[in-house]
Amino acid sequence: MDDGSTIRFLGAGIAMVGALGAGIGLGAVFYAWLGAIARNPSADAKLKQVGLIGFAATELVLLMSFTVAALLIFAV
Amino acid sequence: MTSPIEQFEIHTLTAPLFHVGASPVAFTSSAAWMIVAGTLCLGGMALALRKQALVPGRAQAVVEALYDMIVDLVDNAAGEKSRPFFPFIFALFLFIMACNLMGMMPHVLTVTSHLAVNLALAGILFLVIFTTGLVRNGLGFFRLFLPPGVPMLLVPFMVLIELVSFLIRPFSLSMRLAANMFAGHILMKVFAGMTAGLVATMSGLAVVGILPLVLNVAIIGFEFFVALLQAYIFAILSAVYLRDALEVHH
Repeated sequence: MDDGSTIRFLGAGIAMVGALGAGIGLGAVFYAWLGAIARNPSADAKLKQVGLIGFAATELVLLMSFTVAALLIFAV
Repeated sequence: MTSPIEQFEIHTLTAPLFHVGASPVAFTSSAAWMIVAGTLCLGGMALALRKQALVPGRAQAVVEALYDMIVDLVDNAAGEKSRPFFPFIFALFLFIMACNLMGMMPHVLTVTSHLAVNLALAGILFLVIFTTGLVRNGLGFFRLFLPPGVPMLLVPFMVLIELVSFLIRPFSLSMRLAANMFAGHILMKVFAGMTAGLVATMSGLAVVGILPLVLNVAIIGFEFFVALLQAYIFAILSAVYLRDALEVHH
């Protein structure tokens, strides 16, 4: 294993640490979303749009780190 | 076993048609699938709305539901004045949705997993937003970069931050779609490869191969949701960004 694959796999693992932040962030998004709907159920429809934007924006962090990890393992 | 990245490879279908600089430009599988997606959108709409009944049939109801969804979205996110731009955002939504959903079929290239395609879509969007902003507001459009009530000392920084956050939008918009599609399809392929690898051992381990298979079924279901959601998110964010051009704060 002297073709640099060790360091590639190590790098992929380190890249996935970013998922930690995304996990916490997604939890925060749904926490706030559910809390808002529980407090004001009639705002459900309006909150859907903002909630989905928040979900997508947070998930991007996860997907970025996953993409980098996948590229390190399969493409480099 | 083949690499999970292989599914994103673009093949040329014809000999190079012409050259731009040194790089040849040919008709590729990517272009072919985009044409198929566009034809499906247009053809599907035309077919569903062939006879326009007051009480819609099944196909017409689907098209009307999609239309109503995007109308609501654009009205909520971009305000009343945005109606002239509704067809543009609806077209973006339909095209991205068609590309995403078609990509879920085996052996179909997921066009939207390529940053170049998404960047072109987002680029067109931003050209439209920038031109509209300039035409509607004149030079007042540049007030967008200076929120009201900012102390004099902070003005240079605020302008810089707002400018960067405006210019980075097309990239984050296209990056989000590309990363979602790319990561999802890799994930499906990796789990499928796990099952294939376990079965190929031809031992007791082959029974364990059912686990990634079950998980893969769930992931495929989730990917269908993501395919629709990402098209929806692209449309929402387009509308939100469009609002900036239509209603510059004073």
